Amino acid sequence: MSNVTDKPQPTAFARAWDSDIAYSFRKSPLAVVAATVSLLIILAAVFAPWIAPHDPFNPATLNLMDGFTPPMEPNQFTGNTYWLGTDNQGRDVFSTILYGARISLFVGFMAVLLAMVLGITLGLIAGYRGGWIDSLLMRVADVQLTFPSILLALLIFGVARGFIPPAYRDAMAIWVLIVAIGLSDWVQYARVVRGATMVEKNKEYVQAARVIGAHPAKILLRHILPNVMGPVLVIATIGLALAIIAEATLSFLGVGVPPTQPSLGTLIRIGQGFLFSGEWWILLFPSITLLALALSVNLLGDWLRDALNPRLR
Amino acid sequence: MSDVLLTVSGLTRRFDVSKPLLNRVIEREQKQFLTATADVNFEIRRGETFALVGESGSGKSTIAKMIVGLLEPSAGEIRFDGKVMDFASGAAMRQLRRRFQMIFQDPFASLNPRWRVGDIIAEPIRTFGLLRGAAISNEVGRLLELVGLSRADIEKFPHEFSGGQRQRIAIARALSSKPEFIVCDEPTSALDVSVQAQILNLMRDLQDEFGLTYLLISHDLSVVRHMSNRIGVLYLGRLVEVAEAKRLFLEPQHPYTRMLLDAVPDLALSGRRRTPVTGEIPNPINPPSGCTFHPRCQHVMARCRSDIPVSTATATGEAACHLLVPEPIREPQNS
Repeated sequence: MSNVTDKPQPTAFARAWDSDIAYSFRKSPLAVVAATVSLLIILAAVFAPWIAPHDPFNPATLNLMDGFTPPMEPNQFTGNTYWLGTDNQGRDVFSTILYGARISLFVGFMAVLLAMVLGITLGLIAGYRGGWIDSLLMRVADVQLTFPSILLALLIFGVARGFIPPAYRDAMAIWVLIVAIGLSDWVQYARVVRGATMVEKNKEYVQAARVIGAHPAKILLRHILPNVMGPVLVIATIGLALAIIAEATLSFLGVGVPPTQPSLGTLIRIGQGFLFSGEWWILLFPSITLLALALSVNLLGDWLRDALNPRLR
Repeated sequence: MSDVLLTVSGLTRRFDVSKPLLNRVIEREQKQFLTATADVNFEIRRGETFALVGESGSGKSTIAKMIVGLLEPSAGEIRFDGKVMDFASGAAMRQLRRRFQMIFQDPFASLNPRWRVGDIIAEPIRTFGLLRGAAISNEVGRLLELVGLSRADIEKFPHEFSGGQRQRIAIARALSSKPEFIVCDEPTSALDVSVQAQILNLMRDLQDEFGLTYLLISHDLSVVRHMSNRIGVLYLGRLVEVAEAKRLFLEPQHPYTRMLLDAVPDLALSGRRRTPVTGEIPNPINPPSGCTFHPRCQHVMARCRSDIPVSTATATGEAACHLLVPEPIREPQNS
């Protein structure tokens, strides 16, 4: 029957490099560019304290005389030069973008994680159990889908602020934002997971586990979950881009993170006030960063969807 | 210890195939039920292979699923080694569950594609807590060799194997909890003809080695003839005939059994004309009255349209047909 091979087992890296998905990645220039851009922004954000030339949150290092310095030009009073210029308070725009991307990405990742955990759990239960619990969860999902998610996030944000004592509001703002975006986004994960679970639960490997009396939780987590993760990863990637944009939208509307901890959206809101007075760089560079980040993550998600779809190979 | 391992009595399963409540109210329809199996009775003796045959939709797989607890019977009872199987009671069933296993039809669907072969085969061992630590992988290696694969296959994934090899893995998994009874739901129908014989011979060898009892579900009469000691013929969810395997093929008692056997192609080319199966299995939502086979039966009598035949002893086993019972003395009909 099967002959014993003398070949050494390939290392994990070699196996990953040879896999279908890695091959499809190498063959897609758009995916490589998108991955590089997202990775660069993510790394720059994570290591912001070491990369950024200035600490924009330390008032001691700020000089109001540096305000409104155009990019690559010496300031007319202090003679300091900044790559991307400074804003009205003399903060280095490049540094604020790095720190802002850090907050935007953190909120995006955490919100996607929350939406994923919530959506996968409810989707697995609804798909596996069926019956009234499925009907109940899916009707809740339907109702939630009738509202634009940004409106829902605004609502959750407003309600949550009402419950938090004013002293903690600024400290909790970022977590409230994560919960608001996460709760407004779980529906699509739940729907996809529910559909895939309903397909998987009738397959014979699940029946084989049921015959030996395996616990339903074990069947869901060990058998079904790994087989429904493919489509979930695709929505999670595209969802990350959407969550970053949702965070920027909320911050732009002024309900997001406080101005002392500016995210990309806050920076854009600050910058748009100076656009018509000629200080274009305060608005432009945070906007380009947000655009590049959202676009590259989105393109990566698109590529992942095609790469994981066997019918498009 | 009795000679009988599994007793099935009065086993009935109805599926609710009604439209949603709102549609029923608007269209003024009643609830609809599909009777997949009705009042099925049989016994399986220790160490034998009992085969269930029948056309598609005759309820073969439904019976198999009820026996292993994947479906709940609507009525009737299943006794395993004298104990009633009650799948609602967890603790009591754990002991019984270890003693039976199932082999599935499609080896491409019955192995989790994300699991390594070693984990797939070890799952029953771990679930029942039979072994711990290194003893598990040792046992898995032994099982792999037992079914004709190699110990080195532990680390591989199911997609690295052919259909026949996958079915061997499924058999190794079924054997890993050291069961006495294995339900085989069309174990070879998804395989190449060349591989079918290998798998069937493997199953027979394992039966001899471990004294296994098989319930074989199949629509392939040649497979059934090769494997089984006794055969039950199902028609529309009812058992129409049970007989010793050898004699069933020579002396079919029920007209339906005869019809099935006449349709088998004659490989010996003896010149016997092959009679194709006539008609189709009727809709089980609305089955014919009396004997459900009467619309297709050549020997149909008035009695067949009104009375459901009762299973009676025959020379080869038992069968449910009015032909086999002398016409009862006419009593005032109560219908």
